[in-house]
Amino acid sequence: MTETKPISIPEGRQAWEAALEGGKLRDSEFTSLSGSTLEVVYGPEDAPGDPAKDLGWPGQFPFTRGVHPSMYRGRLWTMRQFAGFGTARETNERFKFLLDHGQTGLSVAFDFPTLMGRDGDDEMCRGEVGQVGVAISSLADMEQLFDGIPMNEVSTSMTINGPAPILLAFYIACAERRGLDPAVLQGTVQNDILKEYQAQHAWLVPPEPALRMITDVMEYCSEHVPKWNTISISGYHIREAGSTAAQELAFTLANGLEYVRRGIERGMDVDSFAPRLSFFFDSHLDFFEEIAKFRAARRIWARKMREEFGAKDPRSWKLRFHTQTAGVSLTAQQPENNIVRTAYEAMAAVLGGTQSLHTNSMDETLSLPTEKAVKIALRTQQIIAEETEVVHVADPLGGSYYVEALTDKMERDAQAYFDEIERRGGVVPSIDSGYFQKEIHDSALSYQRAVENGSKKVVGVNCYSEGEESLEIELHRIRPEVEAEAFKGLASLRADRNATRATAALDEIRTACNSKANLLQAFITAAHADCTLGEISQVLRDEFGDYIEPKIL
Amino acid sequence: MSERRIRVLVAKPGLDGHDRGAKTVASVLRDHGMEVVYTGLHKTPAMIAEIAMQEDVDVVGLSILSGAHMELFPRVRKELVERGLDHVLMVGGGIIPGDDMQVLEEDGFAKLFGPGTNTDSIAEYIQTEISKRWAAEEAQA
Repeated sequence: MTETKPISIPEGRQAWEAALEGGKLRDSEFTSLSGSTLEVVYGPEDAPGDPAKDLGWPGQFPFTRGVHPSMYRGRLWTMRQFAGFGTARETNERFKFLLDHGQTGLSVAFDFPTLMGRDGDDEMCRGEVGQVGVAISSLADMEQLFDGIPMNEVSTSMTINGPAPILLAFYIACAERRGLDPAVLQGTVQNDILKEYQAQHAWLVPPEPALRMITDVMEYCSEHVPKWNTISISGYHIREAGSTAAQELAFTLANGLEYVRRGIERGMDVDSFAPRLSFFFDSHLDFFEEIAKFRAARRIWARKMREEFGAKDPRSWKLRFHTQTAGVSLTAQQPENNIVRTAYEAMAAVLGGTQSLHTNSMDETLSLPTEKAVKIALRTQQIIAEETEVVHVADPLGGSYYVEALTDKMERDAQAYFDEIERRGGVVPSIDSGYFQKEIHDSALSYQRAVENGSKKVVGVNCYSEGEESLEIELHRIRPEVEAEAFKGLASLRADRNATRATAALDEIRTACNSKANLLQAFITAAHADCTLGEISQVLRDEFGDYIEPKIL
Repeated sequence: MSERRIRVLVAKPGLDGHDRGAKTVASVLRDHGMEVVYTGLHKTPAMIAEIAMQEDVDVVGLSILSGAHMELFPRVRKELVERGLDHVLMVGGGIIPGDDMQVLEEDGFAKLFGPGTNTDSIAEYIQTEISKRWAAEEAQA
C-alpha cells in the first residue's frame, strides 16, 4: 500500500492559483451584498486569529460562538412575530391567534400616531390611525390590548421609541391595575432613540432630553422592573434604511456604547443596568455576511464592556439579540418568492445564534400581512427548529475560514467607524451634522444603482421577471371605522376621568421635566390618572421643544 | 439660451418616517438634471402645497409607506388646486395596493409607482410628460 504524501498548504495554494489563471469566470462582480470584494476561496491565512482569544467556546468570553453554553439544546429561540393593526381589540385577537399557534412571545406594532406620541383624534393623524400598527392612546387601550393574556407569563416586546417611556408606563400601570407586582413583568421596550434620528425617524423631542428619559427608564427598571429589557438597541432600521452590514453593526454598537456612557454618567454601576440592554438586528440575504455580523457583534460588545467600561458581571458582556428578516429584501413582484428569501434569512439568524426571531410574511410589500401569510412565516421558523436538525450544534460555522475571515473584517470595519464617530465628537454631534443619515443614504443609493445596472440581481425584478403581473394574493385592509372608534374612545375617556387628578398628574410631569425627578415614575402616575399619550407628549414637547432634522439632501 | 430645467418637489406627507425611497428618487431625479426640492419628513398637505407654490415646481412627487395614502394624497391634491396649481404633474409612490392606484389615477394623479420600480423609468416618465406639457404651452403661445 502506498501512501500519497499531501502537498503543503502554501505549495497547494500556488498550484491552485496557477490553475485558476486560465479558467473562465462568469460575468459577475463577485461581491458581498454590502459590496465588499470576495475571494474565490478562503484558507487558514485568511483567518489568522487566536481561537483562545477571539473565539472561546459557547457561553464563554468573548461569546463569538454564542451566549449560552448549550445554545439551542437548552432552549430554542423565542418565535416572536411582530403584530398590530387597527384597534386594541383586533390586535388582542391576533395575539391570541398567534399564541394558539405556538408563538412563544408577543411583539406589539404601534401605528404612526402612537409612534409619534399623538392621540388618534389629533388633527395630524387623519388617515393614519391603526394603519401600520395598533393605536394605543391610554391605559384603557393597553388594558384592552392585553385582555385575557397573562402578563406575568408571556414576555412582551414593544416597538416604540420617542414616547417609549410613556407606553412602558401604560404597561406597568396595566399590570398594577391587575394586582401584579411589576417585578414579574418580562419583555422589552425598544426605547432606542438614537437610531430614530439616524434612520427610522419617529422621534418626540431632541436627543438630549430623549437620552435623559431613556436613562430614567434604565434607572427605574433596574430597581422596580428588574426582568425588563430597557433598551433594544436596533440596527434593523438602520439596515432597512439602506446601510451596509458593517454600518448596521457599527452604528448600532456605537449607539449602545453611548447609552452605557449615559448610565455611567448618571452615577449608576455599569453592572446594574448593562445586563438588561438587548439588541435587534436585521438578517439580510447575504447568508455568510450576516452570520459574521452576528458573531462580530457579540465579540465587540463583550470586549468593549469588559475592557473599556470595566463591567464585571458576565451578563453585562453578553450581547443578546432579536432578529427580524429583511423587509427590504422582499419584492412586490412574484410575492410567493418572499417565503424562500425569508427562510434563508431566518436560517442565517439561527446559525448566527439569535435569541428571538421575527420572520416576515410574503405579502408585506403590499399591505399588512394576512393571517395565512403570517402563519407560513411562523411555520418557516418551526421547520428550521424541528426539521432541519441545525439546532443541535452551537455555532456550526465556527472555524470556517470564510466565516472567521468575515467576522474579523466586520470587527475591523466597525472599529474604523467607531474611530470616525469619535473624531466627529461622538454619536449626538454626528446625528446633528447628518453624518449617519448621509452614510446610510449613500449606501442605499449605491445599492439601488447596482440593482438598476444589473450588477446586483433581484429575481422577479431585474431578472426572471414576468412583466406586468396581476396580483392574486389577498390583501389585509384596515377597517375604515377604526378612526371613528378611536375618536369615540378618547372622548369618553376624557369625559369619564377625574379631571383634577389628570391635570395634577400632567403638572407633575411638567415639574419633573425641569428637575432631576424620574420621569417614568411621573408617567406611571399619569397613566393611572387616565392621561392620554398625546397629552403627556404635549407636555414634553412644550418643555423640551421639537426636533428639527438636519438637511442632508 | 439656457435649457429650461424641470423643477420637482419630493414630499413626505403625514407621520410616516420611511424616507429611503423618497430620498433615492430625489437623488436620481437630480442626476437626470432636474432641480429637486425635498420637503423632509412629517409635512401636512397644506405645508406641501405652500412649498410647491413658493418653489414654483412643475412636478410634485409624494411618498407614503404608512397606508395613509388614500387620505393624504387627495388632500395634497386639493390643497394644490386651491392654490391654483392644478397644472402641476402629480405622481406618487410607496406601499400602495393596485386598486388604490387606480382610484388615485382617476382622481388627478398622473401616475403611481410601486415597490421595485426602476428609478430611471420614473425620471423618463416625468421628462416625457413635462415635455408634452411644455410643447402644448408653446403651441398655445
